[in-house]
Amino acid sequence: MSEEKNLVDPNQNISIKDVRKGAFGPSEGADTSGFGGLVTVVTSRPAAARPFGGWFDQVADAMALALSEKGLSFEQVISKVVIAQSDLTFVVKREHLLAFAQSLRDDPALRFEMCLGVMGAHWPNENNQELHAIYPFLSMTHNKRVFAEVTAPEADPHIPSLTGIYPSNNWHEREVYDFFGIIFDEHPALTRIEMPDDWPGHPQRKDYPLGGIPVEYKGATIAPADERRSYHG
Amino acid sequence: MSTDMFSTSFDTTEGKVYNVSGGDWETIQGGTPGEKSRMVINMGPQHPSTHGVLRLILEVEGETVVQARCGIGYLHTGIEKNMEFRNWVQGTTYVTRMDYLSPIFNETAYCLAVEKLLGITDQIPERATTIRVLMMELNRVSSHLVALATGGMELGALTAMTNGFRDRELILDLFEMVTGLRMNMAYIRPGGVAQDLPEGAEQKIRDTVKLLRKRLKDNKSILVDNPIWMLRTKGIGKLDLTGCTALGITGPVLRSTGLPWDLRKTQPYCGYENYEFDVVTETSADTYGRFLIRVEEMNQSLNIVEQALDRLKPGPVMVEDKKIAWPSQLSLGSDGLGNSLDHIRKIMGTSMEALIHHFKLVTEGFQVPAGQAYAAVESPRGELGAFVISDGGTKPYRVHFRDPSFNNLQAVSAMGEGGQIADLVAAVASLDPVMGGVDR
Repeated sequence: MSEEKNLVDPNQNISIKDVRKGAFGPSEGADTSGFGGLVTVVTSRPAAARPFGGWFDQVADAMALALSEKGLSFEQVISKVVIAQSDLTFVVKREHLLAFAQSLRDDPALRFEMCLGVMGAHWPNENNQELHAIYPFLSMTHNKRVFAEVTAPEADPHIPSLTGIYPSNNWHEREVYDFFGIIFDEHPALTRIEMPDDWPGHPQRKDYPLGGIPVEYKGATIAPADERRSYHG
Repeated sequence: MSTDMFSTSFDTTEGKVYNVSGGDWETIQGGTPGEKSRMVINMGPQHPSTHGVLRLILEVEGETVVQARCGIGYLHTGIEKNMEFRNWVQGTTYVTRMDYLSPIFNETAYCLAVEKLLGITDQIPERATTIRVLMMELNRVSSHLVALATGGMELGALTAMTNGFRDRELILDLFEMVTGLRMNMAYIRPGGVAQDLPEGAEQKIRDTVKLLRKRLKDNKSILVDNPIWMLRTKGIGKLDLTGCTALGITGPVLRSTGLPWDLRKTQPYCGYENYEFDVVTETSADTYGRFLIRVEEMNQSLNIVEQALDRLKPGPVMVEDKKIAWPSQLSLGSDGLGNSLDHIRKIMGTSMEALIHHFKLVTEGFQVPAGQAYAAVESPRGELGAFVISDGGTKPYRVHFRDPSFNNLQAVSAMGEGGQIADLVAAVASLDPVMGGVDR
């Protein structure tokens, strides 16, 4: 990955999530397509700079104020603010997620009453932050949405559970545990929810195979979708 | 004491525990009449009143439910994982199968999220957006009809069931006319819709709406003042606003607490701000209130359908960008749906560029810029959110659906504990969970 690092501007506070080579995958033998030398770098989204514009600044200010009442600074809790597709995402350090969520729910200027669950994502090549948990929050009082993103390394897949603050996240966190193996600390009953209780592994991780079987037709076989040579752009 | 191999027993500190699978309770227990006993009953996953394959694990004392827990996952099909190996357009055929009673909503939520990433939200043609609204509202009626039909059946109102399914059939006929399929249509595509309304569709929809208005009135009158129905549903499955907020409940259940939260009004998408309709609320926060909401929402949806028909202006139904727009021109061939021969002849014979685009889009698909996006729509069951991550390739890196049924099922314990088993059935029916959406 070292030579790809040069492709990324170090001032943008972004990390390399993945590097793809060629245009076809999975690779089997020599790539004769002529695209073998193609290198695509997938980076995390760049940090937004003040002013964010619109109500985003108000939310960030209210959050900074609410956190300071807890004796925390904005930068201590939030490592990055991302604005993309007209959505505001706070990248939150996992050790301060609970303080962040508590402020988000209870501060009168914020009042995000609902957490609409959590989505997991797995970036196996993103150094020390392979596992991502993304939370959408909804404020019915202010009719606004914000998002929070928390990462954890695969070697230490722990993120504090939000069930104490948003009880609705109970099943959502079980689902992310089931599929990604993120352990939500202090969750009241972190068990598998979709897969059988004795299932080995966490199926939505990228290194977990799809489990398909070859398609057979008139003697010829086609490999399952994840083993097929196919264009990935 | 029985020696039946299917019923064993063992002693615990809290008393004797029996495992029973069939047989006469008194024979098995050895008959100590009047002894207070707590039974753990497995209701489902194959049970006609659990809406598909929902498994309820009930601890009951007599008829009273002491604890109610849900077991889900019986319909998990790995849709989200599968989508990572197909291109973005093929994704619609997967998402449509999640919540199979509201396929159009799944497709729309997914497409809105993909369009957000593509940055083409503003370029979706007016006609395509109007058709989406039209189809979504028809779908809302058909979904609510099933909710009332199955809910009625579970409480013994079989006429409500037959009527509900009969009237849903009218809407499925419309879907078949427009998309070629009754369910799982994959009709809404990133960039627009798969094809324009066929000739005569508008008149057919208007006629059906007229018929449905009359039928809905009849269906309503079967139940709305029915004393048995009221006894079974009033005050049952209570969940107040605090409970709904804590458990993340949206949709008719939230609106039954009096809060007019409907994304179509509060955070409009697909141009819903241009339609006139009411957000239906009740304040009883019970099963009966949710029933009334669904009944009235169907009327509101029919109003929107008529307004959408009035707004339909001729024009394209797919985004102009030829690098995204799916190139097919479907027509009814001898083998059912297929590509129009005229279209094939045109691109093969006259337009090299169209042929290239066609080939590239069908074999590779289009690329979506790297990033992540969330789009939410108001499905018949509440907020349906589509979370989409792209790594810049022609396939989704990750797709996740925040399905309202999945979230709302968490309320079963709060709604059912302390009541009777029969009331739990009514409460679950008022949540209207669809297990295809819950398990995905």
